[in-house]
Amino acid sequence: MIEKAVGKSTGPTRVALTGNYAAAYAAKMADIDLVAIYPITPQTTIAEKLSEFVADGELAAELIHVESEHSALSATIGGAAVGARAFTATSSQGLELMHEILHIAAGLRLPIVMAVPSRALSAPISIHNDNSDIMNARETGWIMLNASDAQEVFDMVIQAFKIAEDPRVLLPVMVTYDGFVVSHTVEGVELPDAEAVRSFIPKGKWHALDPSRPSSMGPIAGPDWYYEIKFGQYHAMRDSIKVIAEVMDGFGKKFGRNYSPVVGYMMGDADFAVVTYGVTWGFVKTAVDRARSMGIKAGAIKLNVIRPFPSDAVISYLRGLKSFAVVDRAIYYGAPSPGPVYTDVASALFMSGHAVPALNVIHGIGQRTMYINDFVEVFKELTKLDESKVIFMGVRE
Amino acid sequence: MQGGKQIRTIKDLPREERFAPGHAMCAGCGAAIAIRWLNKYIGDNAIVANATGCVEVTTTTYPYTAWRNPWIHVAFENAAAVASGLRKGIDVLTKKGVWKNGDTRIVVVGGDGGTVDIGLQSLSGMLERGDKVMYFLYDNEAYMNTGIQRSGATPMYAWTTTTPVGQVLHGKPQMKKDIFDIVLAHGIKYAATATVSDVIDMSNKIRKAMDYSEDGPTFIHVLAPCPPGWKYDESKTVEVAKKAVETAYWINLEYDHGVWSVTTKVPVRKPVSEFLRMQGRFSHLTQVEVEEIQKWVDARVASVNKLVGMEVIGPVKGR
Ligand SMILES: Cc1ncc(C[n+]2csc(CCOP(=O)(O)OP(=O)(O)O)c2C)c(N)n1
Ligand code: SF4
Ligand SMILES: [Mg+2]
Repeated sequence: MIEKAVGKSTGPTRVALTGNYAAAYAAKMADIDLVAIYPITPQTTIAEKLSEFVADGELAAELIHVESEHSALSATIGGAAVGARAFTATSSQGLELMHEILHIAAGLRLPIVMAVPSRALSAPISIHNDNSDIMNARETGWIMLNASDAQEVFDMVIQAFKIAEDPRVLLPVMVTYDGFVVSHTVEGVELPDAEAVRSFIPKGKWHALDPSRPSSMGPIAGPDWYYEIKFGQYHAMRDSIKVIAEVMDGFGKKFGRNYSPVVGYMMGDADFAVVTYGVTWGFVKTAVDRARSMGIKAGAIKLNVIRPFPSDAVISYLRGLKSFAVVDRAIYYGAPSPGPVYTDVASALFMSGHAVPALNVIHGIGQRTMYINDFVEVFKELTKLDESKVIFMGVRE
Repeated sequence: MQGGKQIRTIKDLPREERFAPGHAMCAGCGAAIAIRWLNKYIGDNAIVANATGCVEVTTTTYPYTAWRNPWIHVAFENAAAVASGLRKGIDVLTKKGVWKNGDTRIVVVGGDGGTVDIGLQSLSGMLERGDKVMYFLYDNEAYMNTGIQRSGATPMYAWTTTTPVGQVLHGKPQMKKDIFDIVLAHGIKYAATATVSDVIDMSNKIRKAMDYSEDGPTFIHVLAPCPPGWKYDESKTVEVAKKAVETAYWINLEYDHGVWSVTTKVPVRKPVSEFLRMQGRFSHLTQVEVEEIQKWVDARVASVNKLVGMEVIGPVKGR
């Protein structure tokens, strides 16, 4: 029923979808040409849904049943290299197996889109959610968006194609979100009119291989060239934040749901804030309300973009605060601070010349339950915070 | 178009050079000969996916390239997967009327390491899916690009930098991996072996493999002698390859839709020692070790003769 509605011009429809199905529907409405995919929990239902779409003739894409995630991304690269709109998805160990090729997809400047419902990393093996996998992919040269519910997953996958294929960008884009909590939770999702999606993301053109204009892609570059090529890639990534903001803005105007690289909640007069990403956002907003009812001038911000790190927007929220916290659901072993996003925020703050005491909260590792009141406690802690420190919440010591 | 007519004499060989000069392959490189002839038969409407290795690093030093065809290199172990993506990408864009180049073929170029070792998984995936790709393996019997380390395709007792000749170990202790049988076990319809001393034979096989790639995967395995890796004078590449065939160390085989043939018949074989002693990588071999390699050759000859159903390769002269 839903399947039949998508693809035709029917106007927006509201349907019940999991985050993973939202990603699959978005890929379908983006009229992808090629998908190469390999199953892994919690991503698998994307592979299954796309297989159904193709089997039912609702999606005119080639689906390559690869024998690994390494090959999934390699085949996706092959598709994008001849100009096909190419999509894949994975999680956890699969993202790790792809890691080598993540760097190459970015270096080849191919506009691939990948959905990544995040999951903890082995060992011990855990199929549950935290953000260790996606955080480990931050320096691979992919633009990384982060969604905190199924609607955002859908919307960001659509935005991702527009960002990736923009001639000013030409970088692969990952749409990350929390495994199970988002990937497997059924929510109401508004699917826009198919024609509106098509006109928002007309298929782009890039430096694809073409026998009528032969070129060599992926050559070897010596010390006299490598640096310039990578410097170009650095600039494309850094400057993509403007395109991301522009695309999110355009999306809001067209579809009525507003996005920006960083979102604030009750930040107008806030003295204390919690920086979040993913599902933590929902918990923290409620915690802000509770803290406010206790007289704490609390606020929160959410990163919709992890790479390129939206430093300016983050700093504009944080610079006047008395203190803030960053909640990380991943551990950086042996790093100056264990939280990967805390490390990003701290260095952005340092480079901006502002100094604000900051708490690094590690929580939700391997999907350890987080409670709203945990974040109320964080706000209480912030009112007393005079120097930066780390706390591990929810763990038995 | 790809392929073209059957080649009978050197007069039938195409003169056009599509593998541009100026690349950095060693003087006397067997792989360079193989790639030169490959380029003559893939036509201008083919895309090449190259695995990391000697051919890749020496032919595309940015901003130069020796390839007149569209060419892509992604990594060492995934050329077959990249090729599947190219293939399916072109297929879908053709169906949608976006691909305007007609019948574009896909060719993989991989070394022995990139094929029989680290790339075996992606190759197997591609073969199992039946993707319409021509896979060209140039086998120089070691990881040459990184400086002559052993691979699964290195023959028994050969010296390499990771199978040195010491007091306890005497070169590579294991046999050469039989990639040909592994590939055929996937049920593909055309596979052949060739070497650079018989360009007509190699050309016909490349031609056929390109033609048949219309229906499914095809596989060509070329023995490509390597002067620095095998330790012989760079002027002797063709002679070394020729000796490999005359001793049946290497057998020019063809499997074409169920029919086996040996395309270079060897009525009387030379002892394998004649092949081995041309190369420094075997200079440490004892008589016993040479005998062991001879036995390995004899066993292969027997099984190939059985496959073909007649004695296309004869006994060793004087034995
Ligand atoms: C994942 C990975 N491991 C190792 C290497 C290093 N490496 C590059 S080429 C090569 C050997 C290539 O051997 P082969 O495929 O036989 O090709 P040849 O160099 O002999 O032509 C190795 C080990 C690499 N590039 N990538
Ligand atoms: S090392 Fe061997 S295979 Fe590599 S370029 Fe030189 S001769 Fe050719
Ligand atoms: Mg080799």
